[in-house]
Amino acid sequence: MRAKWPVRSERSIQVTHAPIGITSFGAYIPRLRLSRKAMAAALDWLDPNLAAQGKGERAVANWDEDSLTMAVEAARDLLAARALSPDRLVFASTTLPFQDRSNAGLIIDALGLAETTRPADATGSLRAGTSALLSALEQTGTTLLTAADRRLARPGSVQDFTYGHGAAAVTVGSGPGVIAEFLGGHSIFRDLVDHYRAEGESADYVLEERWARDEGYLKIVPAAVKGALSKAGIGADQVDHFILPGTMAKIQTTLAAKLGLRPDSVVDPLAATVGDTGAAHALLMLADLLGRTPPGRVILLVGYGQGADAILLRTTKALADFIPATGVAGWLSRRKAENSYLKHMSFSGMVDIHFGMRAEHDKRTAHTVAYRKRDMINGLTGGRCTACGCVQFPRTRACVNPACAAIDTQEPARLADEAASVKTFTEDWLGFTPCPPLAYGNVQFANGANVMMEFTDIQAGQLSVGLPVRLVFRLKDDDEKRGFRRYFWKATPQGGA
Amino acid sequence: MAKGIRDKVAIIGMGCSRFGERWDAGPDDLMLEAFQECLHDAGIDKSDIQAGWMGVFFDEQSVGKSALPLSMALRLPNIPVTRVENLCATGTEALRGAVYAVAAGACDIAIAMGVEKLKDTGFGGLPERTKGTFEDLWLPQNTAPGGFAQLGAAYAARTRTDMADLKRAMAHISVKSHANGALNPKAHLRNPITEQQVLDARMVAYPLGLFDCAGVSDGAACAIVTTPEIARSLGKTNPVTVKALQLAPSNGVELAHGSWDGSYTLTTRIAARRAYEEAGIKDPRAELSLIEVHDCFSVTELVVMEDLGLSPEGGAVRDVMDGFFDRDGKIPCQIDGGLKCFGHPIGATGLRMVYEIYLQLQGRAGERQLPDPRLGLTHNLGGLPNRNITSVAIIGRLGD
Repeated sequence: MRAKWPVRSERSIQVTHAPIGITSFGAYIPRLRLSRKAMAAALDWLDPNLAAQGKGERAVANWDEDSLTMAVEAARDLLAARALSPDRLVFASTTLPFQDRSNAGLIIDALGLAETTRPADATGSLRAGTSALLSALEQTGTTLLTAADRRLARPGSVQDFTYGHGAAAVTVGSGPGVIAEFLGGHSIFRDLVDHYRAEGESADYVLEERWARDEGYLKIVPAAVKGALSKAGIGADQVDHFILPGTMAKIQTTLAAKLGLRPDSVVDPLAATVGDTGAAHALLMLADLLGRTPPGRVILLVGYGQGADAILLRTTKALADFIPATGVAGWLSRRKAENSYLKHMSFSGMVDIHFGMRAEHDKRTAHTVAYRKRDMINGLTGGRCTACGCVQFPRTRACVNPACAAIDTQEPARLADEAASVKTFTEDWLGFTPCPPLAYGNVQFANGANVMMEFTDIQAGQLSVGLPVRLVFRLKDDDEKRGFRRYFWKATPQGGA
Repeated sequence: MAKGIRDKVAIIGMGCSRFGERWDAGPDDLMLEAFQECLHDAGIDKSDIQAGWMGVFFDEQSVGKSALPLSMALRLPNIPVTRVENLCATGTEALRGAVYAVAAGACDIAIAMGVEKLKDTGFGGLPERTKGTFEDLWLPQNTAPGGFAQLGAAYAARTRTDMADLKRAMAHISVKSHANGALNPKAHLRNPITEQQVLDARMVAYPLGLFDCAGVSDGAACAIVTTPEIARSLGKTNPVTVKALQLAPSNGVELAHGSWDGSYTLTTRIAARRAYEEAGIKDPRAELSLIEVHDCFSVTELVVMEDLGLSPEGGAVRDVMDGFFDRDGKIPCQIDGGLKCFGHPIGATGLRMVYEIYLQLQGRAGERQLPDPRLGLTHNLGGLPNRNITSVAIIGRLGD
């Protein structure tokens, strides 16, 4: 997958200490890509000038994806390649599903990590991702940082065109596994409110772009970058890759010129294919770059939002040994074109579609039960009978194997990462789902387990008996009455779009 | 060693309300409608009944908890009444309670009543329901058609049947049941349909179209049972008796053990085997005169023909297309229209099936009467293919 670039000689920066830096990376981009041309066409009655926005496509989450589920997928993208037991897990997002319930903690459970992993949610600004990365780089121990955003925008706004949904993850640690070494970082805080989202609001309030550019980006980013370059003792011309999220026209090239960075250092902000994924975007661009750049390159990573973070990294020889399970290029090719703006608005909750009375079914959660069964629900952890070897879900005291039926013999067995295929299926047009049909069936695991579950990210007619599937952590349903959303695992065609 | 229920209990009276969208009637009205016919048929007084069993599935939709609605609706003289619920086997479960009580000698005459009032929800199809506090956390919020539809592709895969051929056989099943239902004045759906109509209908849950699904109906059915001796003393010289009454629930194997392939119903195989043994049936394909199976969906009827041991493995499509289960076939199936057209008020359905066998055995089935039937089978399958309860009853005459 990685492009074979010509290897240049190592730069003159000498490192004598045990390197600290990024040790792995992953990403996730939801498969639906909404055509901006279709969006503009749906809005031509409102503002014909929006046709100018009608270029390329943006990634949109399925109805059962939020920042948390996407963050889980990004972390699995790197974990699949490397067994890890990080000291802490940080989840960076401005769209955390819960304000008081550890979102990062739920990700720990979904990933099947030890409960001694310390969770932390990082939020409050679009640079939550880069700020969390800088903090991790300045700490001892290992951090799994996963960042995701599913920002909503009002229909007809420019933001609805420019935003995208996605996630990225990195692990931070020290030693020979470092693939991008930390050279230095600098942060500036400035309360420039070019946009904000207050508590209870679903969409951002956005001010004039010209002010945000001239007083914000063009003044704050240089201050942060100069600080970082100075701390690391690196000249602007030594920077090989300049990562800066942002969808303003030419903002990256303008700043590169202003800072004395080489024009070819500007990294593609993925505007044409993904859109701006908020707190995740700097890391998503980094994951994209790390998937195709060789060792020995200096990266300037900038996060922006009420100030800026500038982080300098240099890729090492160990980079060649790491490949994420799917990676940005892989996710970009796992793509389903979407032309329905109305569907996007419905998924965003911006239009109240009539789903019929079945949607009224009460989705109240018995939290006492959810707690007792939390590893089964959060981590898809069943049981393996130590007497007969039978793997089963759910895990119970009595083995389900009729030839065994031993009591209290089951040890936890995580199914989320196991090979599986479709045993039975249906596409149900009667049952309620925000994206009909409701598809579900029995899933057969290679290890012998059977679980009846929903299918997601499918195309009509795609399911068949024996089709290989992978398991993904998704929203099961939403208890709007009590403001609680439930998550569980679903099956999705392996590698399919 | 228990010898089973064969010929220990006689059915001396049965009643069945008209099934359908009974906007005019509540569950109490439906029960009384069935009861009046049943009591008249039995030729006894209400005060002769010593115990009652009432089956209702969606209690939250209509009657609420307990068997009080039975006692209240029939104004029973404070006799013991018990409410039972076992998914779609509920009606047969009520009968099992009454039959076992008589067989045990605990009472001489007992009543079994099944009732369901579904059409008070305000929307089509079956009501939504919870599966349990843990199950709701992980099982899909499936519908009934979606649950059974899964048999389709799995059966086609196992038997290497082309889906188009399977769909045609499923259509044949529905066309047959509509033709039968048209002759039944109590049936919910009495309109004959064509195979093309079935195949062209809108999809409900792949591969089930609208006409692959049973009617959602209101209704009640009941039976009065006693000992063969008391039956004779009441003038029933050769009473209808219960030859077998079996129940087989899942224990989790289909749901959680990889040994089940999703293409058949395990509990039906178990319940049928036990029922044939209890009734002394060696070759059901040769010995049964008529059957009423749980055709909640056309594909269910097709698949259970093999599970009941009536069609050879992989042979149900051919039997169906050959007309083996048609009205003029070797074993007429759903001669009253079945769940498909008589309707499916869940709690009443098992008793409705027995009602049809009861009438047919006595030559009282009117326009749809079969020539000289001797032995009938009823079958209910409640739940989903991977988590269900099967009941099988075999009904005959005492002298046979």
